[in-house]
Amino acid sequence: MSLSSVKLVETDAGLLPETVTAPRGAEIIRHPSAPVQEVPPAMAPSPKWRSALLEALGRFVGAVAPTGLLLVLLLAFWEIACGTEGAALPSPSRIWSESHDVILHPLKGVSFDLSGLHIQDGGDVGIAGHILTSLGRVAYGYGLSAIVGIALGVLIGQSKTAYRALDPLFQVLRTVPPLAWLPISLAIFQQAGPSAIFLIFITAIWPVILNTATGVQNIPQTYRNVSKVLALNPFEYFVKIMLPATVPYMFTGLRIGVGMSWLAIVAAEMVQGGTGIGFFIWDSYNSSLLTDTIVALIWIGLTGFALDRLVAFIGRRVARG
Amino acid sequence: MKQRSYLALEGISVVFPTKNGPFTAVQNVDLSIEKGQFVALIGHSGCGKSTLLNVIAGLNKPARGVVFLDGETVDKPGPDRAVIFQDHSLLPWLTVEENVRLAVDKTTPGKSRAERRDWVMHNLDLVHMTHAAAKRPGEISGGMKQRVGIARAIAMQPRVLLMDEPFGALDALTRASLQDTVMEIQSQLHTTVVMITHDVDEAVLLADRVVMMTNGPAAAIGEDLPIALERPRNRIEAAELPDYNHARHAILHFLHQRYSNPLDEAA
Repeated sequence: MSLSSVKLVETDAGLLPETVTAPRGAEIIRHPSAPVQEVPPAMAPSPKWRSALLEALGRFVGAVAPTGLLLVLLLAFWEIACGTEGAALPSPSRIWSESHDVILHPLKGVSFDLSGLHIQDGGDVGIAGHILTSLGRVAYGYGLSAIVGIALGVLIGQSKTAYRALDPLFQVLRTVPPLAWLPISLAIFQQAGPSAIFLIFITAIWPVILNTATGVQNIPQTYRNVSKVLALNPFEYFVKIMLPATVPYMFTGLRIGVGMSWLAIVAAEMVQGGTGIGFFIWDSYNSSLLTDTIVALIWIGLTGFALDRLVAFIGRRVARG
Repeated sequence: MKQRSYLALEGISVVFPTKNGPFTAVQNVDLSIEKGQFVALIGHSGCGKSTLLNVIAGLNKPARGVVFLDGETVDKPGPDRAVIFQDHSLLPWLTVEENVRLAVDKTTPGKSRAERRDWVMHNLDLVHMTHAAAKRPGEISGGMKQRVGIARAIAMQPRVLLMDEPFGALDALTRASLQDTVMEIQSQLHTTVVMITHDVDEAVLLADRVVMMTNGPAAAIGEDLPIALERPRNRIEAAELPDYNHARHAILHFLHQRYSNPLDEAA
């Protein structure tokens, strides 16, 4: 192409070959990736706290809405399926009409004062009272299993000999269902209270032992070397290296353990009777109050959930601190 | 009887039991190190450098031979032989300050809390890490972690400082900056140092003496090269000195011609 064949056009930038110019009056089109200039809103912006509140509310609704919706659907389905006369299971509306006393007065027979919590002996106790009685037993049994379980876990994690000796025993015993321990437990302790606590102890201890042991076995060699170079004594090693390094494993075990102990206590109380949420279920079943049983079921589930979250929360706090 | 050096390894052999019978990692090593000397141990991977260092630390037991430190035999680990590990080995649940503090608490009996605190901060200052005292190891970079590792080791006021490839995991620029810090500290403290390294320049720049190890199994000391460069050393100026380049060349020759990497030969 010779120079003369290039047609020059006059533009704002002077004479330019036609091929590099746009036709006069052509619209400038923004490149899709170019930043868009912010246009300030015409109306006054709403106060910061209000938008923050709305945002938080939006997040909450977003998180809770699916569960809530599902719950409503399930209840509706339940109501339709069991609403007919003579259905095997009571419908939600029948539960309300027959058991609203139980639902509305969970704290019957329970009183607080400066000396602590009092649950009325025998007689008529609300459902929260039964839950508290059961929780008290869990606190004892689970507390014991946490202490003994961590100690045994550290022992078999630390010592190969102890591991070889005890691990097979633990692997066999941990598969024994809680209720299978009950006759033995009753034979040993002769009383309902201590044998229920033993049952929780023996149910919850296995995951604590085994997870703690895994944690101890997995302490990195470098941490052990650090403690050797610093010549830490066994106690210092335990407190400053082993415990912090094992905490995540321990709390995995403690979390499984608390769930299992809650399973055990309900089963134990159902068999033994007297007080507690397990007894409440058994009692309501024997009195043909199936609606009460369903209310108790919901309480048990929520309490178990809360226990799990509590242990998980403590675990996170301890691991961070 | 001849006078023993400050740190003396006499006839050290290390044997590990394996499935295929005993494996001799290090055979009959004699090494004498004077007080305040900075010795670099160099050799190919798997030549038993770390094994030898661990013997001095007391973390490995030799099958034969004895390590003497200031006339006493070494038979177990202790804070008088501080180790700087390649992976820094800081405890992740403690802050930078608490990590150093753990070492200080064990090695300064009879000091008040305030004195210990000051000593921790003084040592963090030596490695230029006071600004991160309250941070946890997870929040600082690899180079900074190793600085804290150095602070923890020197805060113990060890008789021997053992460094196991301290900068092996760091990038070249960070490594240079840490080497400068180590030289700076060494000029003040004159600690006896044994450092394992793979880096020829690092060995020549930092050490008074480069000990080259032959390839394992049954590794031994192949050559012992004094580095007579004046201190303080500067990496840029040193690189132009004939002595520096001569030493560098001697080590390269040893590593790549006389005892080339066993893995290369196998390939």
